Amino acid sequence: MSPSAHRSTGDHPLLDVRDLVVRYGAVTAVDHVSFTLDAGETLALNGPSGCGKSSTAMAVLQLRRPASGEVRFEGTELTALTDRELRPLRPRMQPVLQDPYGSLSPRHRVRDAVAEPLRVQGRWDATGPARVAELLDRVGIAPACGDRLPHELSGGQCQRVGIARALASEPRLLVLDEPVSSLDPSVRAGILNLLADLQDQLGLAYLFICHDRAVVRHFADRSIEMREGRITGTA
Amino acid sequence: MSTPHPDALLSVRDLRVSFDGTDVVRGVSFDVHARQVLAVVGESGAGKSLTARALLGMLPGNATATGSVRLREDSGAFAELVGAAPKDLAALRGRRLALVPQDALSALSPVHPVGDQLAAAVRSVTRVSRKEARARAVAALDRVGIADAARKARAYPHEYSGGMRQRAVIAMATVNEPDVVVADEPTTALDAELQEQVLRVLAEQREAVGAALLLVTHDMAVVREHADRVLVMYAGRPVEQGPARDVLGRPRAPYTAGLLASLPPDEPDEPGGRRGNGRRLPVIPGTPPTPDGLPPGCAFAPRCPLAEDRCHREEPRPRPAGDGHDVTCHRWDDVPYAASDLFLEQPA
Repeated sequence: MSPSAHRSTGDHPLLDVRDLVVRYGAVTAVDHVSFTLDAGETLALNGPSGCGKSSTAMAVLQLRRPASGEVRFEGTELTALTDRELRPLRPRMQPVLQDPYGSLSPRHRVRDAVAEPLRVQGRWDATGPARVAELLDRVGIAPACGDRLPHELSGGQCQRVGIARALASEPRLLVLDEPVSSLDPSVRAGILNLLADLQDQLGLAYLFICHDRAVVRHFADRSIEMREGRITGTA
Repeated sequence: MSTPHPDALLSVRDLRVSFDGTDVVRGVSFDVHARQVLAVVGESGAGKSLTARALLGMLPGNATATGSVRLREDSGAFAELVGAAPKDLAALRGRRLALVPQDALSALSPVHPVGDQLAAAVRSVTRVSRKEARARAVAALDRVGIADAARKARAYPHEYSGGMRQRAVIAMATVNEPDVVVADEPTTALDAELQEQVLRVLAEQREAVGAALLLVTHDMAVVREHADRVLVMYAGRPVEQGPARDVLGRPRAPYTAGLLASLPPDEPDEPGGRRGNGRRLPVIPGTPPTPDGLPPGCAFAPRCPLAEDRCHREEPRPRPAGDGHDVTCHRWDDVPYAASDLFLEQPA
């Protein structure tokens, strides 16, 4: 494997990141990082705190605009697009965050949290409730939990709801930022199994940020090791 | 095991912690010997942090502890800590018992230099001059691997990196050479490299000051690397305890087996990841009970693949399963070697 972790298959990869640079003022958080990711594939980003792995993920999602470099998603170069032009593409690349409670509004019931992307994207119609029920079922949340508020759920259940919410947008790419780091081992295993099943069923690509090497080895197809903003190794 | 082992440094018997009459810790017994590392493991809500806090007399105000926590005095006699006056407990903390808390930042005052905080900790238990306290503070920072300790002692916590702050907190806990250090999830907020550093520093300090270490953690990899003995808790009660090698190598309680099975295998996989069912990890079905909703019989029975009638009726009692290895399970003798197979779930 070359140091820039490229792998070419078919026409073009789902995600093609080239020479990505992210700066915060004078600090260069991501320094010329390049990688590709195919549909149905898991690429892990790992490294110590502050190595630039989360900044890379935020720049892929264009939630933090990179200083330079390219982020090509489904063949479209995102860094050249305005926020308005990005909007129709955003549903196809969804984040799942570390803190399962923090990523859900404390005042929205589970059902509404999952329905929100459908409403925002103008896809809410008579089939909406059935679609929400199907999404909750897919992530292993009992229908009775739909009326609950996040604080009435366990950490693992919250994370499942976060995943259902991301799936509501029918994404091709999930950016998973330490999705299991705050969970107990047996809960963590259940979430990793769920993510594996969803990938097998839906052909999702995962950009998987994780500092636990055993989890990375078990779960990812390939991994990139980062340090001080640069790629220092691949496996 | 009702009387303390004569060589034990800390002896805990039938410790219970309750809130509003509901027991959250439901009878914990163990001994800790000098220089030993005892890991207390279990999932969120198992009562491991409350057990640790009870040893230090640092429970929340609305909690009640009963049972016995005895600390061996230099004379060889044991002092009872449960029910001791707050003043007496405060005098023991720092000098004989010390806590390394989870959150290093909130354990340090932001408005005083780190060295001053350490020196104050020294002078709170020993009558020494300011100059001597200062020297001990710098020595303690040096011992935990903080470079240029004399200069760093004058810096404030915000001038320290995350790893340095956690080291400073360890220096604070060990500066008075306590007999027992209780570390409550000391590494969960840290990345893998810092975790290793912090655990190494903790181990070195334990050696340097001859302390026993009680390590509360949910990270089984940490247990494997660092613990001499392990106590596994579920729903407020120990389900298994013994030498770390025996408990991890041949778990006798189905809960321990499930916990170990759910970890990603630690042998390196062939590059390319695992596909299909090979990627699925064993999972313990269901969720732990709440303290006010315990099932009858064994608290783990509703989730246990080996549970039979008796398990749902009768709470098991601890029994020996090997040398210094106790298990609280009716069916401990039926837990197979390849216990992880018990917990393999089918794909959705």
